[in-house]
Parts: sequence; C-alpha cells; structure tokens
Amino acid sequence: MFKILKYSFFDLMRSSWSYVYFAFYLVLGFVLLFLNNDVSKAVITLMNIIIVLTPLIGTIFGVMYFYNSKEFTELLLAQPIKRTTIFMGQYFGVSVSLALSLILGLGIPFLAYGLFQSSAIFEFGLLLVVGTFLNFIFVALAFNIALSHENKIKGFGYAILMWLFLAVIYDGAFLISLVIFDDYPLDKFSLIATMFNPIDLSRILILLKLDISALLGYTGAVFKQFFGTSLGFVLSLGVLGLWVILPVWRINMKLRKKDF
Amino acid sequence: MNKSWAIFLFVCLSLPALAKRVEVCATCPSQSIASALKKVEHGDELVIKSGVYKEHDLLVPFGIRVIGEGDPVIDGEMVGTIMTFGADSFSVEGITFKNVGQSYTKDFAAIRVTKSKNFTITNNILENVFFGILVEKSKFGNITNNTISGTRKNESNSGNGVQVWHSSQMEISGNEVFGMRDGLYFEFVDNAEIHDNRSHHNIRYGLHFMFSNDDAYYRNVFSNNGAGVAVMFSKKIIMHHNRFELNWGDASYGLLLKEIYDAEIHDNVFEQNTIGINTEGSTRINYHKNVFLRNGWAVKVAGGCYDNIFTENDFSHNAFDLSFDGHLNGSYFKNNYWSEYTGYDLDKNGIGDVPYRPVKLFSYVVNQTPETIVLLRSLFVDIINFSEKVSPVFTPDDLLDNEPLMKRPTIDVGIPKTI
Repeated sequence: MFKILKYSFFDLMRSSWSYVYFAFYLVLGFVLLFLNNDVSKAVITLMNIIIVLTPLIGTIFGVMYFYNSKEFTELLLAQPIKRTTIFMGQYFGVSVSLALSLILGLGIPFLAYGLFQSSAIFEFGLLLVVGTFLNFIFVALAFNIALSHENKIKGFGYAILMWLFLAVIYDGAFLISLVIFDDYPLDKFSLIATMFNPIDLSRILILLKLDISALLGYTGAVFKQFFGTSLGFVLSLGVLGLWVILPVWRINMKLRKKDF
Repeated sequence: MNKSWAIFLFVCLSLPALAKRVEVCATCPSQSIASALKKVEHGDELVIKSGVYKEHDLLVPFGIRVIGEGDPVIDGEMVGTIMTFGADSFSVEGITFKNVGQSYTKDFAAIRVTKSKNFTITNNILENVFFGILVEKSKFGNITNNTISGTRKNESNSGNGVQVWHSSQMEISGNEVFGMRDGLYFEFVDNAEIHDNRSHHNIRYGLHFMFSNDDAYYRNVFSNNGAGVAVMFSKKIIMHHNRFELNWGDASYGLLLKEIYDAEIHDNVFEQNTIGINTEGSTRINYHKNVFLRNGWAVKVAGGCYDNIFTENDFSHNAFDLSFDGHLNGSYFKNNYWSEYTGYDLDKNGIGDVPYRPVKLFSYVVNQTPETIVLLRSLFVDIINFSEKVSPVFTPDDLLDNEPLMKRPTIDVGIPKTI
C-alpha cells in the first residue's frame, strides 16, 4: 500500500496541481497577514475560506484523480495486489498531498509572521487539524461517488452536488427547520444537526474557540457546554474521524463486489 | 458705615483663627481618630499622620477638614463602615481606607455621607471595600481622584464603588474604580457631572443610572465590565466622549438604554463589545458621531423606541451593524458611514448614491429565531444576505440610510485608546 501511496503522491506532485494548490494557500496566507498584521484576526478570515474551499478542492481533486488514473488502476488490478491496497494507496496519496499543501501553504506564512509569539497558536492549530479532516472526508466521499458511477460526467455532477448540499443546501434546510419549529426547544436538535454535517461541525468547533462565540448567546451557551468541555471536543473530533472512517469503509465494501 | 465695615472685616479675619488643628499620630496627644474626633468642632482641621489606624464606625457630625499626611491607613478590619459624615462643608483627602466589612443587610462603606452639603472627597485610596463611597440625600458634593477597588467575585455579596442616592449637584471626576459590583451607581440623582473616570473589571456595570435626570457623563472609560454601562428610567442624560470597550460576554453590552427620554449620545467610541448599544423603550435619542468598531452587534433596537436618530456615526467591521425590532416610529439613519457599504458616488460629493440597508437578512432572521445564530459565518448565510441585499424582500423597506457617507468620518474622542 505504501508503494502505491508513494506512486500516487509523486504522480500528483509531478502534475503540478498540488504546487498550484500549495502556492494558492501560500499567497493567501501572506496576503492576509500583509493586509492585517494580526495573526488572530487572520485566523477568523481563514476559517471562512477553509471550511468552504478545502471540501470543494478535496471533492474535485478526488473525483478527477480517480477518473484520470483509471487506466493505471486497471493495470494495477491485473497484478497480484489486493484491491484494498491499491485504492487505499491512491486515496491516501491524494489526501496526504492535499493536506500537505494546506498545512505547508498556510504554515509557512504564519510562522514567518510570528505564530509562536501569538496567542492564536491553538486556534491556528485547530484550524489546520479541521482543514486536514475536511480534506480526508471529502476525498473519501468523492472516491465513493466515482466508484459508483462509471460515467464521468454523472460522477462529477454528483460530487459537486454533494459539496453543494453539505456546504449550502444543508444549512438552508437547517435554517428553515429552525424557523418553522421555532416554538419547540431547538438546542438539542441544532446540536445534533450540526454533528451530521462535517462542514457545520468544523465551523462551530472553530467559532467556539474564537471570542466571536459570545455572539452565539443562549444557544451558544448550550453549544459551549457541549463543545467547550474536553469531552465534547474529543467527541466532535471523534465524529469528524467517523466521517473519514465511514466513507473509507464503504469504499472497501464497494470494491469487493465491483466489476472492473 | 465705617464701623460696620470694621466689624465685618474683624469677623472675616478672626474666622480662620477660630479653626484649630488637631493631629493624630502615635506620639500625639490623640493617638486614635476616635479620640481626636471628640476634640474637634465645626471648621476645624483633623490631620492624620502616617501610620495604620485600626478603627471603624467613626461618626463625624461636623464640617471639618480631614487630611492625611504621609499616607495614613485606616483599617476597618472587615467589621463595618469606616467613616460616616453627616455635616455640611467637610472634606477628606489623602487617606487610605482598607477592609470594609461585608453584610447582606447593611450597606457598609469606607466613606458614608448622609444629608450633607458642599463636601469634597479627594485623593483617597479605598482598598478591599464593600461599598466605596456612599452618598445619601446630599448636595454639591465633589468626589475626585480617588482609587476604589474591591476583590469581590459575585453580585450578591458585593457593593458599588461610588453610590449616590437621592442627591443632586454632584461632581464625580478622575476616579478609578475596579473589582466592585457597579463601578459608579446613581439612583435619583439630578444634575450630576461624571467625567474623566475609569471604571473597569467590575462584576456588573461600569456605570449605572437609575431614575436620574439632567446628568452628564463624559471623557470616561468603561472597559471589561461584566455587563457594560446601563442607563435606565432617566431623562435628559448627556453622554459624550466616552469609551466603551471590551464588554464582551454572553449578556454584555457597551451601553444599555432602557426607558430613556431626550438623551444626547455623541462622540463616543464603542469598541469590541458584544452589543455596542442596546436600546429598549427609549424616545427622542440623538446618536451623533459615535464610532462603532468591531462589535458583535453595533446597535440593537428592541421594541418601543420612538425617534431615535442616528447621524454621522461610524459603523466599522461589526458582525452585525443593526438589529431592529418592530416599527421605525420616526427613527431614522442619515449620513452614517458603513464599512460594508458597496455603493458608488458618481457626483463625488462624499455621499453614496444608493441607499444602504443596515439590517441584513440573517440579522433579521436571528431576531425572529435566536437559535439560528448557530449558522453564523456559514456560506449559506452569506448567500442569502447577498441576495437580500440585491432585492430586499424580508427586511423592513424603510429601514435604510439614504445618504451614507463614502469615507470614514474623523471623530476625535479625545481619550487615548486603552486596548
């Protein structure tokens, strides 16, 4: 598996897209810090970008990579290698290279602007952890979709729809249900609804660590009681982990029966 | 004629000679303040030399000057009130008061003033007190340059720094108050001037007005207080050149207005408060040239507000500029600067050609259903805010600034930034 991971990883490196992605974050980081020398404020702006963009990039990259390397995959499948090994190698190759672009691309400018002297180091760390999780989650989801659809256009369409659903439509439905069921106690509901969407979960997890959380008021107090404790924090990271494990597990299930 | 002048002159010249000076120190005839107080009468001078005096419940029923020389300390040993004045024309200066007792039924204070006129309390240090300076039914008082601090942790067993009750014509200036329940508290106080004070890290309010009319407060700094500053049930209060900072928490505001009539609020800075101004049931209020910087909500207008007029204010980088409940009722916004304004100015007169709508759709939704705030900073929210901005459907039609400023107005508050 490690060998295939290495092949996928270097393949991506050669394709120069990971460099573009890396350069994008690098420039973003430097520009943000240049415009606003305050590390902790830059973290807030970055959060807005990361929770939308990493899932999108992860989804598109995952689907594109899967369809593009189909011929190579079929060649590998002809060899005496386990299917799981091949696909897990590819999955981790894509995810790791994307995560590295993110971590290095943002890490370097922030280090250069004195992250270690700043009090925002914990928030920044959390941001990177959450970003990495989102990467792994959305690449896994994209692989799932690509595995289920031979038709590239269809697969691509579903992948984008999936991103659109989790990033936008889900929140819309969430908002509408909150407004409609206004007369009922909604704290538990909103807590659970957040858990079911990795993007929302990441957003809340970071928001609560920033001082903007005071805006959340009464509802925020319920969230804080849950996420603020170390148990809630571990639990929500656990849920993010589950969001990685479940799609990966489904990839492996699907592989067993799939006729290539 | 000449004779009467001579008598008058004689009386004038002999008056100071009548006043005597009584000293208190370890080697003086009076070694305690209590014993010295038996020797003084109206118009005398009581000089307390340096040293620690463990005394409390000192009653001063005559107008004397109490002067501390060489930083004397009066330690109340956590028993009760330290000094109570009940006379006209007295003054207290240069003394450190320490350790005032705590009570759930009595208002123990370091300095208590009842039914007095023309008094001055200046340059004192009050440490670990329950109530600091407690003034009741008095007039023409001057409380300046005192430092008042407490170490209380919760509201129920703590007192206020300066509490004035049922008084008028008071001037309170240059004091620093921290660690108390309310920094400055005024109830039934008319014609007071409160200026150049610093009230910070108090458990509840930095400044609290109740049922007080015709007062002014200016050049004060209120920062890091539990719930900010509250002005309630008062008329004709003028608030200007103050800084309201870092009142940040689940139930905090820079300034809370409740049942206020005819107030002027101008040239203040509200920076990094959860809610800059929270106003409820307030009528005829002019907000002019205030700066709202990086607050959660810059202004939150709840029901029952009439004729609240906002002109030439600077709304910059707030999470929400405005939340408005109910009808406009004659309130309006004109010539304000809004950092989120994206309009243009073709005729270059400094005023935007398209109106600005300060209430975002999300802010409106949150007002209706507070739970929806969990979607703060979600992409969906940005999208609906944008679409609402392009074609307003839900937000009130008439709630807009028709002539928004293109550039930030220069507003000089005159107090240096403390954060």
